[in-house]
Amino acid sequence: MLLFELELGQLAEIVCFVGETAVTQRMEEMGLIPGEEVKIVRYAPLGDPMEIEIKGYHLSLRRDEAAQIKVKRK
Amino acid sequence: MTTSTVEKETKKFIKTIAIAGNPNSGKTTLFNAFTKLKQKVGNYPGVTVEKKMGELVLAKDRVVNVIDLPGTYSLAVRSMDEQIAHDVLLGKEKSTQKPDVVVCVVDAGNLERNLYLVSQIQDMQIPIVVALNMMDEAKRQGKRIDVRKLSSLLGAPVVPMVAKRQEGMDEMKQVVANGVEASYQRQWKMSPDMEEEIENVVKLLVEQSGMSRPEAFGDAVRLLSQANLPREEDVKSGRYSSDFVKVLRNIQKRLTGKGVRCRSAAIEARYGWIKWVVHQTVVDKNIKKNVITQKIDAVLTHKFLGLGIFVALMGFMFYLIFFLAAYPMGWIEAGFEGLASLIAANMPPGDLQGLMTNGIIAGVGGVLVFLPQILILYFFISLLQDTGYMSRAAFMMDRLMSKVGLHGKSFIPLLSSFACAIPGVMASRTIENPKDRLVTILVAPLMSCSARLPVYTIMIAALIPEATAWEKARVMLGMYLLGILGACLMAWLFKKTLLKSQRPVFLLELPPYRRPSFRAVIMHMWERSRLFLRRAGTIILTLSIVLWVLMTYPKSDSLEPGEALRGSYAGQLGQFIEPAIKPLGYDWRIGIGLIGSFAAREVFVSTMNIVFNLSEEAETDTLREAFAKAHWPDGRPLFTPLVCISLMIFFVFALQCVSTLVIVARETGGWGWPFFQLSYMTVLAYVAAFIVYQGGRIFGFT
Repeated sequence: MLLFELELGQLAEIVCFVGETAVTQRMEEMGLIPGEEVKIVRYAPLGDPMEIEIKGYHLSLRRDEAAQIKVKRK
Repeated sequence: MTTSTVEKETKKFIKTIAIAGNPNSGKTTLFNAFTKLKQKVGNYPGVTVEKKMGELVLAKDRVVNVIDLPGTYSLAVRSMDEQIAHDVLLGKEKSTQKPDVVVCVVDAGNLERNLYLVSQIQDMQIPIVVALNMMDEAKRQGKRIDVRKLSSLLGAPVVPMVAKRQEGMDEMKQVVANGVEASYQRQWKMSPDMEEEIENVVKLLVEQSGMSRPEAFGDAVRLLSQANLPREEDVKSGRYSSDFVKVLRNIQKRLTGKGVRCRSAAIEARYGWIKWVVHQTVVDKNIKKNVITQKIDAVLTHKFLGLGIFVALMGFMFYLIFFLAAYPMGWIEAGFEGLASLIAANMPPGDLQGLMTNGIIAGVGGVLVFLPQILILYFFISLLQDTGYMSRAAFMMDRLMSKVGLHGKSFIPLLSSFACAIPGVMASRTIENPKDRLVTILVAPLMSCSARLPVYTIMIAALIPEATAWEKARVMLGMYLLGILGACLMAWLFKKTLLKSQRPVFLLELPPYRRPSFRAVIMHMWERSRLFLRRAGTIILTLSIVLWVLMTYPKSDSLEPGEALRGSYAGQLGQFIEPAIKPLGYDWRIGIGLIGSFAAREVFVSTMNIVFNLSEEAETDTLREAFAKAHWPDGRPLFTPLVCISLMIFFVFALQCVSTLVIVARETGGWGWPFFQLSYMTVLAYVAAFIVYQGGRIFGFT
């Protein structure tokens, strides 16, 4: 499943990236790499972007970006 | 060699230190603590990246230069900030000395991600000291860090600190004073295939481009991991030969064939090693993982409550900017008027008196009058930034801003522009993507700034003199909305055409909420305001003098000020442009007003006062009545309702503000963009006013 399909608060593990865009590498450098635990903390009041927890800190990214990340529930 | 001579030599050696670090790591706090108020803020030549330099006094006769690098998460050279940080560290930036030591500020509560940059800097073989900042926060989160072990694993001194409270400052200075040596061996390793190919590329780069090994290594990792590198311009300029590019592509193909993911190989290997280091050195009891931040966020980014609080907060900020600032602004105005009349009373009348009162004092006053608004605005911006709320504001507003292709971070700069475009443009520095930032700068002056208020007020009074305050307020609101609409349309247009970027990127850290330091907020506020005074002040003053000259010379014999003005250069210029502005319904007198308003828009009102109050209609006591009586030579009334509307609409869209242009030139590193901005906004204003005036006439309005 893709990151944005995850339920709120559900802990998951990053599997891989789907495709490649200009931001893929930036996301990896921010710590979104395979094997890392991730969860969606909340959505912004207007529904997008979302706030996730990764490597012990909080990061916000848009649905479009989250659609590039394949995850599996833990 | 004895130890003391070694020490002496290293001491002599350290002349420049650079401060690096992630955004939100407390980098600026450390820089401020290091340099006190001895700071120089400017731009790196030709780019929009801010350059901050200062001096650190280690001992009485030992002063070292401190460079505050832009806050970055990585040195992958994908953004302008990263490029500058990379170039400064390697000594490739011409305007700075190559740093002898790098102090890398690290957020102790977020060690893993922060060490990524440390590791990248270490690869450059520059002596590094790790400032392990925010130790108090890490402790509160239940983290215990074995500093000595961390230091030995990294092979670099680590100084635990709480920069905000100056804790660890003396130790840090001591370490810097004693000198740091680079004895670094790269610990993180990629797969053998990747390592081998990296080594091949490094050799090629050292041989062909004459790079140093550490630079070549960073370059090799970058070139192999990004398919679109090297950039075309770098190949064309001969930085990389086309043979080299061929070799590179072959290597990438080979590696991909072996199942190596070139893009992420280095990132994953680096993070793998960092994870191991953190595992060895941090005991995370995980008792309170930012519980407070989570609780605050549950309210502040709540679906309804969060938006409500945001709107209320922005409303409060604007209330203070518009209404509270009005008092000190009144005092400043009164003070300068008093000073002018004092001089007028004590100086013989003549050109010198005119220059002093109407040129210089009016000019200085015209700048200082904005200071209260700018101080308040920057107080809020600093406060929002230091507490961490700014990121939440961007988080909440991103959806809205993305509709016109902008970034959540564009919201605050655009909002600030309602007070004045200058702080708005300066606030756009928080936007990392240069294209998003440029679009924000380009549309910021379309937000109706407070200098337009007096113009709207007098035009509305002339338009609907009998109307109630509420009806007038509605027209005023309409002008504001028109400006917002224009900004949205233009932003959308620019993002579609001129400044098309691949995809809008929104990757934003939401740091834990932090108690702001009052001192830091005040210091930031003062630093920004000083920058405004210096940058805008000189220009506005010069322009006020120029305008005074234009409106005073050549002298005429006429005793009627209006007549004299007609003969002046400004009057001639107004008559010269009359044919161009006639289709909008304006005559040469309004033309003078438009020219005068370039110093500052509110000058329009005082120019109109000179033009009308003291000319043929001199008996009338208020400007509005003067407007009502003004007419064309053929007897038609000048300020018809349609002309009033047309004029207001012209003011909504036109960029009649030299100060803004100067700031934009500074921020974009040249005069190209401000010139473009002036052109597009003038065309927009002209066309809009033309359509309204001529269209209105077709439909039978006057």
